[in-house]
Amino acid sequence: MPRFLKGAVAIATAITLSCATFANAQGVLRVGMTAADIPLTTGQTDQGGEGMRFMGYTVYDSLIEWDLTSADKPSVLIPGLATEWSVGEDELTWTFALREDVTFHDGSPLTAEVVVWNLDKLLDSEAEQYDPRQSAQGKSRIPAVASYEAVDDLTLTITTTVPDATLPYQLAWILMSSKANWEAMDKDWEKVAMAPSGTGPWKLEAFVPRERAELVPNADYWDETRIPKLDKMVLIPLPEPNARAAALLSGQVDWIEAPAPDTIPAMTGNGFVISSNAYPHNWTWHLSRLEGSPWNDIRVRKAANMAIDRESMMPLLGGLMVPAKGFLPPSSQWFGAPTFDPSYDLEAAKALMTEAGYGPDNRLTVKALISPSGSGQMLPLPMNEYVQQSLAEVWIDVDFMVVEWNQMINLWRAGAADEAVDGAQSINFTYFIQDPFTGLIRHLDEGLIAPNGTNWGHYIDPEMQALFEEIKTTFDPEAQTAVLQATHEKYVNDALFLFVTHDVAPRALSPKVEGFVQAQNWYQNFSSISMAD
Amino acid sequence: MLSYLIRRILLVLPVAFGVSVICFLLVQIAPGDPLTAIMAIDATAEEQAAMRAAYGLDKPLPIQYAIWIGNLVQGDMGKSIATGRPVAAEVFGAVKNSLLLAVSAAVIAFPIGIFLGFLAGYFRDTWIDRAVTALSITGVSVPNYWLGIVLVIIFSVNLSWLPSMGAGPGGSQSWAWDWAHIRHLVLPAVTLAVVPIGIVSRTVRALAGDILSQDFVDALYAKGMSRADVLRHVARNAAATALSVMGLQLGYLLGGSILIETVFNWPGSGFLLSNAIFQRDLPLLQGTILILALFFVAMNLIVDVVQAAIDPRIQRT
Repeated sequence: MPRFLKGAVAIATAITLSCATFANAQGVLRVGMTAADIPLTTGQTDQGGEGMRFMGYTVYDSLIEWDLTSADKPSVLIPGLATEWSVGEDELTWTFALREDVTFHDGSPLTAEVVVWNLDKLLDSEAEQYDPRQSAQGKSRIPAVASYEAVDDLTLTITTTVPDATLPYQLAWILMSSKANWEAMDKDWEKVAMAPSGTGPWKLEAFVPRERAELVPNADYWDETRIPKLDKMVLIPLPEPNARAAALLSGQVDWIEAPAPDTIPAMTGNGFVISSNAYPHNWTWHLSRLEGSPWNDIRVRKAANMAIDRESMMPLLGGLMVPAKGFLPPSSQWFGAPTFDPSYDLEAAKALMTEAGYGPDNRLTVKALISPSGSGQMLPLPMNEYVQQSLAEVWIDVDFMVVEWNQMINLWRAGAADEAVDGAQSINFTYFIQDPFTGLIRHLDEGLIAPNGTNWGHYIDPEMQALFEEIKTTFDPEAQTAVLQATHEKYVNDALFLFVTHDVAPRALSPKVEGFVQAQNWYQNFSSISMAD
Repeated sequence: MLSYLIRRILLVLPVAFGVSVICFLLVQIAPGDPLTAIMAIDATAEEQAAMRAAYGLDKPLPIQYAIWIGNLVQGDMGKSIATGRPVAAEVFGAVKNSLLLAVSAAVIAFPIGIFLGFLAGYFRDTWIDRAVTALSITGVSVPNYWLGIVLVIIFSVNLSWLPSMGAGPGGSQSWAWDWAHIRHLVLPAVTLAVVPIGIVSRTVRALAGDILSQDFVDALYAKGMSRADVLRHVARNAAATALSVMGLQLGYLLGGSILIETVFNWPGSGFLLSNAIFQRDLPLLQGTILILALFFVAMNLIVDVVQAAIDPRIQRT
């Protein structure tokens, strides 16, 4: 055979063999995340909901966890590392019974003393194990916690500053790292980051910062139903949407988070599966309630809500949205039965605006803060332009103030009264609304007015404040649900936000991915997944 | 030659100082908060203030600069705010990957650019010249991130010949010169090479055409020198300027690959820089820009020295 022909055959063989490596070994799931880096691995994760999803509830556990087994109903809290909990008669002291025989990946046992050590890691800046990075992520999640104590190996008490029945939801954020592993790593969190140890169903086997993390099953996991079926799960940061789509379409990953709507037809056309479900996410305009804000008029707020044809917005997002009927998704257990329906009704909206003194010759001009992109913001520019056009139909002219996402977060923290907001009367901010605090309380609590908290619009209403107090002092779960429903009903009936849409957490999966159940939650269970041959 | 070299190296020092000041100030101008990446989104104002103090961001800018430059001269570039990892390790790891990509692109681009440039210069005003000119203008004009996406669609998605992202099995830390890894380099390197092919070929064409029209070339032919020998003289005369352009191009390839590295998820300095910008990770941003700028300065120095070695006339100017 001539030499050049031999060379050509060799190259062709190499290409063929290399292409064969695209066909992945069974049992390995490769995930393209939207994050630009591997989330913090030491316990309390960064990178928002995605961090908790892939590096939090995989490698670690919390005392109380979210039930991620069902796609059909909203997630509820379930026992995690604590099997039961109760509050004392003082309504301040909570007692937790820890699960027996739970061990960390390094083999050390979980005890109440280790839980105390973990809380000190976040809350006690004098503690040897205090980690500013984890504290920055965890401390603000447990504002109710005043003190804590290990009663015995498997009993823990936590005392709150004031009666707060939402403590179990707060504790669902807090993940338990291994004290023994931290000691073995010379008490150095940087070393722990490379070889962390939790009690979760997955162990971190390999980690290349910014490039990949490899998780393998924890065969000794305390919940046998959640021992992973896969041989391995590989996490790859792929922040650029086109790179994510190309990686999936070319077979380099089996799963991508948040496919861009315009790439979905190509994916479904090639046999990929789009998985989505309602979950506690909200795309809204948070309205300023400062003196002089036009949004102080309930007729204007209701008219604006009724001016948006949400169904017609769906094609813009490839159908991947749930039209808002309130602040919480309609499927939420706390949705209640509000009397105001913000559905599209242009005539009714115009009537309300006329009643408020506006019309074609007396238009209302508002200023709105928006960002061109951002975590959870979906497609903010076209969506906001759609809202702008809709509001123009009811004589509301919107001037946009466009700022980059990082700056948007600062302006959100600063609040509507801050000079930097430059008089904007609303901010388009997406919300994680999974628990009573993040879902309802934090946005409108008069004790959390920005910049001391996240009540961006400076809203104050004694009736709402009383409802928030009632949520915190209602310890019976069913009764608490009723109060939460009443709170949400007030949110909707008073049209306190511009309710636009809810995201559905789309992810594109290879047809080989089997057994995934997309829970109505920001976090997911990966243990049930397997890869078909 | 030695005094020239010393003079050029001494000139680098004020340039490096200026670069460090500009790097520091540029990243401070951008709106946004470096602590956003590491704080829970609804952290209280008190928690934000405590964190700002912990990272020294509450100090006046001149003091922040003095601390940064003081640590820098001791070899400490600080820690990334977003990841907590040492900036030096982050930057040098990424620069190593970018160098791999840049040198690969240069290996593709420079010989092709030189060959096409000579071809066009030698056959000036013929159809070959026009074809090469069209090709090089296209190369310079096509947005390389767009070209990258097109190549991915063709060679990764449709043909499944080459991977679309990453640095190969195990990531860049496991890089090896085997096909499993090299195949990850092919598409980004080819994409990155397109612009320098255009620039180098245009430069060499102009140089070759200009030199070929000079009297000494006619004299060489008149003396009976062969065409190959004459071209060798032309190449020698063109080398100094061409080298200068190629040196600068290598600097651009290293620092200007931000879009390519994003499209191909290549873990280089451009990718690092892009993430650092979005996260307002000031220490990482300052460190990356500084190293890239210093690399550019070093490339200029090397080019100057090599030029002087090739063309003794340069030392006298």
